[in-house]
Order: sequence, then structure tokens, then C-alpha cells
Amino acid sequence: MKPIGSVHDIPLGEGRTFAIDGRMIAVFRLRDGSVRALSAVCPHKGGPLADGQIDLKQVVCPLHLYAWDLSTGCSLSGQEPVTSFPVRIDDDQLFVEV
Amino acid sequence: MRQRLVVIGNGMAGARTVEEILARNGDFDITMFGDEPYGNYNRIMLSNVLAGIEDESGIFLNDLSWYAENGVTLHTGVRINRIDRYARMVYGSDGSATGYDKLVIATGSSAFVPPIKGAHVPGRGYHQGVFVFRTLDDTRAMIRYAREHSRAVVIGGGLLGLEAARGLQNHLGHVTLVHAAGHLMNTQLNAAAGRTLQTTIEQKLGIDVVVNGMTTEILGKHAVAGVKLADGTVIDCDVVVVAAGIRPNTEVAAVSGLVVERGIVVDDYMRAQDEEDIYVVGECAQHRGQVYGLVAPLWEQAKVLATNVCAPNVSAPNVSPTNVGGPNVGGTNVSGPNVSETNVGATYHGSQVATKLKVAGVDVASMGLSAPERDDDELLEFAEPKRGIYKNVIVRDGRLVGATLVGDNGKALALIKAFEKGLPLPDNRAELLFDLGGPATEESVADMPDDEQVCNCNGVSKGDLKACVDGGCKTVSGCMDATRAGKGCGTCKPLVQRIVEWANGGSVEEDPAASYYVPGVPMPKSELMAAIRQHELKSVSSVFATLGGDEDAKSKMGLASLLKMMWGADYIDERDARFINDRVHANIQRDGTFSVVPQMKGGVTTPADLKRIAEVAERHGVPMVKLTGGQRIDLLGIPKEKLPQVWADLDMPSGYAYAKSFRTVKTCVGSDFCRFGVGDSTALGIALEERYQGIEGPGKMKLAVTGCPRNCAEAYVKDLGVVAIDGGKWELYVGGAAGAHVRKGDLLATVSSPEEVIVLTGRFLQYYRESGNWLERTYAWVPRVGIEHIRAVVVDDAEGKAAALDAAMDAAVGAYKDPWKERAEPATPGQFRTSLPLTVLPQVPVRA
Repeated sequence: MKPIGSVHDIPLGEGRTFAIDGRMIAVFRLRDGSVRALSAVCPHKGGPLADGQIDLKQVVCPLHLYAWDLSTGCSLSGQEPVTSFPVRIDDDQLFVEV
Repeated sequence: MRQRLVVIGNGMAGARTVEEILARNGDFDITMFGDEPYGNYNRIMLSNVLAGIEDESGIFLNDLSWYAENGVTLHTGVRINRIDRYARMVYGSDGSATGYDKLVIATGSSAFVPPIKGAHVPGRGYHQGVFVFRTLDDTRAMIRYAREHSRAVVIGGGLLGLEAARGLQNHLGHVTLVHAAGHLMNTQLNAAAGRTLQTTIEQKLGIDVVVNGMTTEILGKHAVAGVKLADGTVIDCDVVVVAAGIRPNTEVAAVSGLVVERGIVVDDYMRAQDEEDIYVVGECAQHRGQVYGLVAPLWEQAKVLATNVCAPNVSAPNVSPTNVGGPNVGGTNVSGPNVSETNVGATYHGSQVATKLKVAGVDVASMGLSAPERDDDELLEFAEPKRGIYKNVIVRDGRLVGATLVGDNGKALALIKAFEKGLPLPDNRAELLFDLGGPATEESVADMPDDEQVCNCNGVSKGDLKACVDGGCKTVSGCMDATRAGKGCGTCKPLVQRIVEWANGGSVEEDPAASYYVPGVPMPKSELMAAIRQHELKSVSSVFATLGGDEDAKSKMGLASLLKMMWGADYIDERDARFINDRVHANIQRDGTFSVVPQMKGGVTTPADLKRIAEVAERHGVPMVKLTGGQRIDLLGIPKEKLPQVWADLDMPSGYAYAKSFRTVKTCVGSDFCRFGVGDSTALGIALEERYQGIEGPGKMKLAVTGCPRNCAEAYVKDLGVVAIDGGKWELYVGGAAGAHVRKGDLLATVSSPEEVIVLTGRFLQYYRESGNWLERTYAWVPRVGIEHIRAVVVDDAEGKAAALDAAMDAAVGAYKDPWKERAEPATPGQFRTSLPLTVLPQVPVRA
């Protein structure tokens, strides 16, 4: 697991992109306080998933509004899946396993 | 031992019922008896076989292998002559005796041949050259004979007769249709509609039609030579087809002691009267006095029947299976009125009969009444005989009770829906008959090729939608979610709806979510607003927590817009409820960069502003500088992290080119310079933009002011457009659009001063903000609510709301803050941090 920064770098209910080992990973902080991590690029047309709106289940890509499951990375609208990464919070620090 | 289910009849009703039983995992040994020597075919399609449009193999619904695969024993060519209700046996024409625990009678109908002299040859059946039109064998024989002859007479001007006449034309030279009543299809159509149909049939198809023609005799000794009518007329012909109606096949029921009137009498559970284990379905059943000859009621009956047959509690009476067939088995247990209603679930309440079809190539739809019955029934009627079009609708107490369409079925699905569900009707009744201001004439979805693209934004074809429905998705919104059809510009939504309805066989399941303001909170807008006020919900998360349960990403933006409109400065802004554009006040582009559009009120600028924009573009290496349709300058391709610096360098207010909000006011040069201008459109446009800048709403609001009716600023096609007319007056048009949807706005009012324009604009926009559905542009909202109603509220203040609307708009104007001032300190951590730091994404091609 790699430390990527403070959980407070991500506002509640939003996502931010982090570069980890040459990969772009979007980390989301859900309104229940938990975090999720997905590969950051939408497989449809390359949209920035971290800029999408989220709830406790899904992220909606801002470009064409396709949706992915935050936990599994599976598409909820018939697209290719995105990779999901293990992520946890330890003492307000975010750790992601790539 | 499994229960034995026997089905008498292998037509559409019998086979469909078995399919429904199998779909419910009914655990039966199923035996079917079919009079005809085939599997189950679509009888309706026999017209197409006769017309040569379809070949025989194409009309089979279940071929013989289907029966084998589903473990159904099929006896073809066997007619059941008698049922022993006490012994629970059926006796076949082949001498067989078969026991049952449950029996389904689906014997259908036979062609009705009126007593016409010469129709039959004693002892030999029909006279040579005389046919009925009911079965595949009838059709084959008719085709074979017609090919070698030249003139046909079809007796009967109903649906079947018309189809027979049309089909026969493919096989011989001349067809005459003789109908006993005064106009064609007299059961479904009124006289005017029947005459319209007749004209089309005669002129377009070249079929001779004789109405009021009672056929009394078929002439010819060995073969047919003609028909003679009651008035003495003789029509020469060598083929006669009798299509004078059908009669339910009830003989087997009658001889077996079941109650038979016109059909076999059934209760609401589709059981033969007073029988616990004998069910009846289809054209042979008489339910509440009605016998149906169309396919839709049959489907409904089959479902009810199957549900009841499969209900676990409905077991056979207490008869040991080994005894079945013995002579003395408890007859008292079987019949009798003590059929317990608690044993059965589904009930059939009769069908509203609505049909939409092509009769002999002519579109015809009919439902309910064909003419008004009461003095206060409303009748709307439209006839255009030259084009073969007749339409009427009959309205009683605000509900559709009848409709007829001939020659144009464009409105048929909407009318059928309104008729079957008793939906409220538009105040402007003409909308029932015509598409007013909507998209162009609807094409028939059934005729569209599967690969035809329906949604041009997301590349979804008719076949994709059909596959989605076949895959089990029964709602329009479900199919839209799954395929994303209609989720782009939205223009194709009505077509998507019609395709989904068509793929579902004419009906779709109602999606309750269709009326919700946002999908995640189950309430329409007015109800939602009342609940928000009652609970004083001022943040999006509190709305979910109090009204919606789980938060929903796709509902956040709509709720944020609504709460901001309702609470103004008291709204608790949660940044995650905003769409990315509203978080960073710029419009996201395909490569994740943003576009920046400074405000340029009324499209008027200055050399100093132009210089500043040019300098900023140069300093930041802006990849593209582009004039917009809203008379502004767009700087495209700005990375997110550069946005605050670009705004600081511009030091101009935001043009709001990214939000669901008031966008721009497009103007012409007006009276200052233009030699035609009759009003100062530029000054008024600037004043409007000054006042209403940035006001958010259910959709974007694009305005224009033009200085004369030449309309250089395109005011007729804006959400609100103002046109100066001679005499110092101004016209306000609302609900116009010139995007994916093109609509000329409706004239809201004509006023005498710019001040009145400004007040009415604010009041109109505020009413739209309060009443419009999320993402519903004014071009949809105005026709939905009705311009008369909007005028009553906004101009005439008929509901006494004007002062409140004005006050609410004043408050919104007062709460306005330029979002581009939010740049010194980010509103949230990493607000402007790039979301795409590493990979080069598909770039927008930049022109040199």
C-alpha cells in the first residue's frame, strides 16, 4: 500500500486524481466517509472520472454520463469496466494498493 | 403423479395459453388437440400470405419442435367431439379417449357463411370456386384457384373481406367487393370514415366496391359464373370468397353440457360457468356478454387463465387419479356453484378494444365509439377526402371514449393509450388529432429497418432497442438507461418511446419514475417542493436523508438547482452536489480541458475588452478562440488548473456558458445604426442580461431582442425573444428553440415599454423556474403547460401569483454573485487541481 496524501485533500462527496507508480487513479471520498479508488480515465471517450458526480454506489462520467460501480469498477450502463484498487484510510492518511 | 392438462385447440389462443402456463412453471403433462394438421401459426398473417408479402414458413409461431422441446404432446388433425365432464375425458375424431385434470377449451371460430343460394353443392361442400378465408388450407386453395381464373367477388366488407380482396388482386385481374351494409367496416367505423376508406380502396387499389349489396345467389352450374344481388344486379366472376364474419366454435361445449350462448360462457377466472376445472379462452369464450374477435383481448385472457391454472391452491377435486375414467367418479365434486374464489388469484374484467392496423394497405385505427351517443359528447372530426384521410375523436367528461383514424395512423398509439388508461386530455383538443408544432409526421416504427439509427447522439439503432426489450426491459426509461438512447440531445425520445412500445407489442409498463423531478426522490416537482418547504430542507444531502433514502449521483444537480431557486441566499451549498462545470465555472470539453466565455452583454463589446481577451489568449496559449452563437468569444482548451489565472487576467464577469441557467441575450444593432430598426434592441438586451445574469433554472435560458420583425437576432426561436414592432411596441415570444428541436415561440404579450418587457421576462422566467421539470427546456414546458395558461398567470395575473413571482425573482437577482470572483482561495481543496495529469488523452484538433 502506498501513501498518497491526506484524506482531507478530497472534499466529501468528490474525487481527485492521483498519479501512483505511473498510473492515474481517481480516489473518491464518499459521503459516508469511506473511500474508493478506480482507474481515472473513462474507457468510453477518455473522460476524467474524478470530475464526475458520485453517490454511495456509482460515479457518473462528466462527459457522456455513463456510470461505473465505485466498488467493483463494473459499468452500470453497458461499457467496458474500469480497474478498481484497494484503498484505505489510516490516521487520516490515504493508502492505495496498485 | 403430475396433473394432466388437456387443451382443445391449437390456434393462437390455445398455444399462447400453453406458453403462459409454461412461463409460470406450470407442472403439467400437457396434451393439445388441433383440428388443423400443423403447428401453431399466426392467423392474422394469412392476409400477408394471400397477398404474397409473406411465405407460409414465416407465419408459424410454434413449429412442431417447440412442442417436443416443451414436453407437449400434440395431436394434429384430431377434432374433439365430446367432453365427459364427470369422467374427465375428451373423445377425439380418431376414436381416442384422453383423461384430464384440467381442461382448456380454445376452439376459436369458423367462417360464417350466410344462407346464399348456390354457395353449397349438396353433398359436396362448397360450390367449385367458392371459398372461405379462415385457415392456411383455405388460403392455399384460394391462391391455387385464383391463379387460374380472372374475376373475383368478395362477399363481406369487414376487415377480413378487405384483406381478402387486397390479397386476391395479386393472383387475378379484377376484384369486386360486395358489402351488405351501407359502408365498409361498419362495426368499427362510422359512415364518413367508411366512405373515406372506400374511396381509397377504389381509387388507389382499383377494387370495385358495392355497398348495400345483399348477395342472394351464386350463379353457375358446374363452376361459379357470377353473383346475383337482391336488387337483381349480376356481377360476373369465376371466384367467390365469403368473408361475412366468424362464429365461435361452440359445438363441442354445447353437446357436452357447458353453458353456451353466443360463445361458451366464462366467469372472471376464465372458467366455464359452474366448472372448476374447465377453462375457456379466445374467440370461443363469451365473457360478460362479450365475444372478442381480436388478438389483444386473447393475450389478456391467456394470462389470467394461466395464472389461475397454475395457482398452487387450485388443486383437482378430491378424485384419486387412478379412478379417473371410471364411470362413477364423484361428479358432485366437480361441478356445482361452490367454486371457491379464494383459490384463484387473477381475474379478467374484459378488454377495451382498440385496434391499429393496415387494412388492405390503408392505415386504420379504431377504438370505442365510432360516433357520439349523448348530447354532451364532444366530437372532433377532420376529413380530407382527397388524401383519403378521416379522423375523429369522441370525448366524454374529459376522457377519450372513441376514436377513428383512416389513412393516417400517426396519432394512433397516443390515442390508444389515452383510451385504455383514461388519461387526461390536452385542453387544445386538436392536439389529439394532429401534432401541433411538434416534430414532423411520425413514420411507422414497424416499417423501420432494424439497423436504422434512432439516437444520433449515442448511436443506438431500432434493433438495439428491440434487443433491450426482448432482453426483459419493459419500460421506456429502462431502455433509455440501458442503451443511452435519447440521453443526448433528447430529440429522439418520442421515437424511442414508440419503438419501445412497438417492441412490447403496443404497450409499455408505466414507469412511475417518469413523473419524478429527479430519479432519486420519488416525487413530482410540485410535491417535492412542498415537502422541501415543509421540512425546511436546505441542502441536497438533507433532501436525500429526509425524502429519498440513498443519495443518487444523477439526482444531485437537479436538486441543487431547485434548492438554490427556492432558498436563494439561505441555500446550503454542498459542492459535491454540483456538476463539474458548476464546481469550476467553466464548460468541460472532450479532452477534460475547459472553455471560458466572458460575459459580453447583448453581444456588444469594446476595443479595450477585445484587446484584453486577445492578450489573455496569447499569454496562456489558448488553443482556440471562437465566436459563439450567443454573440460572445469562447476561449477553448484551458486546463483546469489555469482557470483562476485566466479569470484574474481577464477580470471580466462570467458569461455562464456552462450552467443550466440564464445564458445570453442576443441582439441586433437596433435603432442606433440600423436603417430599419424600430426599437433600441441593444439597450434592452443589455438591460435584460444585466438584470438576469446567472439565474439558474431547470434548463438553460437563451434570450434575444431584435429591433424589428426582420428578426436578425433570431428572437422567434429563443426561450424568450423580444421583437420591436412599429409604434414603440414590443412583442414577447416564449418557448422557441432552434437547436436539436426547432420551434417558433408563442406570442406571450405585446407591451409598450422596455420596462414592461423586463418585468414580464422576470415573471415568465420565474414561473418556468418554479414549474418546469428538471432539464425541461421552455420549448417543451410552454406547450405542456399551455401558452394560454402561462399568459393568464404571467400577463393577466389570473391566479394572483404575479407579485410573488416578481418578489422571488428580485431575491434571486439580489443574491447574484459573480462566480469568477471565487479564485483567490479555492472553495474546496484541490478545486482546480487537474484530473488528468499523466496520460495524453484524445486531443481536440486545433486549427492553426
